[in-house]
Amino acid sequence: MSERINSAWSPSSREIERRRARKSISRRQATIAAVSSTLVLGTLLVVLLTSPGWEVVKKTFFDVGYGREVFPTVIAGLWINLQLTFIGGFCIGVIALGLALLRTTKSPALTPFRFLATAYVDIFRGAPLILIILLVGFGVPALRLHGISSNVIFLGTVAVVLTYSAYVAEVIRSGILSIHPSQRAAARSLGLTSGQTMRYVVLPQAIRRVVPPLLNDFVSLLKDTGLVSILGVTDAVRAAQINASRTFNYTPYVVAAILFLLITIPMTRYTDRAIRQRTNAQSAEGAI
Amino acid sequence: MTNVLEISNIRKSFDNELVLNNLSLSVPEHTATVLIGASGSGKSTLLRCINLLESIDDGQIFLDGDEISDPLINVDDVRRKLGMVFQSFNLFPHKTVLENITLAPMKVQGKNKDEASTAALALLKRFDLADKADQYPDRLSGGQQQRVAIIRSVALNPRLLLLDEITSALDPVLVNEVLSIVRDLKSDGMTMVLATHEMGFATQVADEVCFLESGNILERGTAAQVLHDPQNPKTQEFLKRVHQAGRL
Repeated sequence: MSERINSAWSPSSREIERRRARKSISRRQATIAAVSSTLVLGTLLVVLLTSPGWEVVKKTFFDVGYGREVFPTVIAGLWINLQLTFIGGFCIGVIALGLALLRTTKSPALTPFRFLATAYVDIFRGAPLILIILLVGFGVPALRLHGISSNVIFLGTVAVVLTYSAYVAEVIRSGILSIHPSQRAAARSLGLTSGQTMRYVVLPQAIRRVVPPLLNDFVSLLKDTGLVSILGVTDAVRAAQINASRTFNYTPYVVAAILFLLITIPMTRYTDRAIRQRTNAQSAEGAI
Repeated sequence: MTNVLEISNIRKSFDNELVLNNLSLSVPEHTATVLIGASGSGKSTLLRCINLLESIDDGQIFLDGDEISDPLINVDDVRRKLGMVFQSFNLFPHKTVLENITLAPMKVQGKNKDEASTAALALLKRFDLADKADQYPDRLSGGQQQRVAIIRSVALNPRLLLLDEITSALDPVLVNEVLSIVRDLKSDGMTMVLATHEMGFATQVADEVCFLESGNILERGTAAQVLHDPQNPKTQEFLKRVHQAGRL
């Protein structure tokens, strides 16, 4: 729609002046940023390196040789965390969607389930994850039920899925509620049933809207799978713990932390970008 | 002539505020009934009640002789026979123009994808929108979006088309492209009820014009009678204000 930029155009002298001024402002700001960064980070580094215990800390936390030695066991443990995250993530998605739909439905036949879904979300969102892991991990085997596995990895996953389903259900539900009622009115006036309206009109828009917070929860999920180590699952945290308690050198913890960060930092960056794009899209909608 | 729509003595209130008061209306087949009146006079509520988006407090509504205000009626079946176009278009932003139009024919009428797409493309072509079929609604101008919304309703071959101030959210220069579709549909013989502030347009399409005030029809008749020779002082006053606003 905009006109073609005239190729014969050359900036006016006023514009050249303005560009020069802008360049000098940004140069000054870059200098200030560099000086302040050097000061702050340099001070931190000096405090760290000159602290009386630094030599001991270096040996017990940052022993590169020992770190290399334990690396295979920690990364094998991390593989458990990743499996738990993806399998659990899938189950969480399915259960959370069901809960969110139950909580937003108006069907009278589903009234008891709506009530149960609300109670479920209240309980599992309100109780600390670590307690749920302990209760499921030690409580369920004590019931001696037939057919229920007492495998700690399985029980740990169940506990994480129970808690995260409640969180994710609320995120999806907020997405559903954020779709303007006029969309529903348009769909219903075309003769779509309330189920079809949810399936084809409301849910696709709602899910798209909540992708950034869901990604955020996915990052937390990966970190929180480390908590199942309290049941004795040999995940990355537990593997590090075993090594550390054997030698009283804590480098394995640092190795585990770095490995987690290597996965979560790119994921968080990606999430931030998704959120920014979502926000930009919304502000564009607002301008129309 | 048979009446497609028959409304007798309906009443509707929202929290103690009476919005429709003992209102009756008949709409014969192949005619256009135009509702005029100030904002808040009950035009939109009337249309939403006909479409069962609101439930009425008293009175009866009949569509082709069947009482649709019966609480036991299948609402989805009724809405299948009614088309509704809104002031704010309400296109589905996550679907392309073509998908917006084919959704209901496929899911409601059970047509297959090819059948629904062929019919939708024919309609798009007829109203000069064929090149927009694969675009998303936010890429379209307001006028184009509203034309797509009209096509979306018409694709279901409704018995009755309800148009709720379909040009009120549009730039004045885009109004005409939307109204010309409505004129075409009228000459096809579509039965319709429309609320509008476009008095010139009302004169062109209306078989009957109804002036609403505080939830009741104060004056009704042909466009020539109601718009150009109003008898009721309230109608006269309303038209005078519209005239001052430059819309007549």
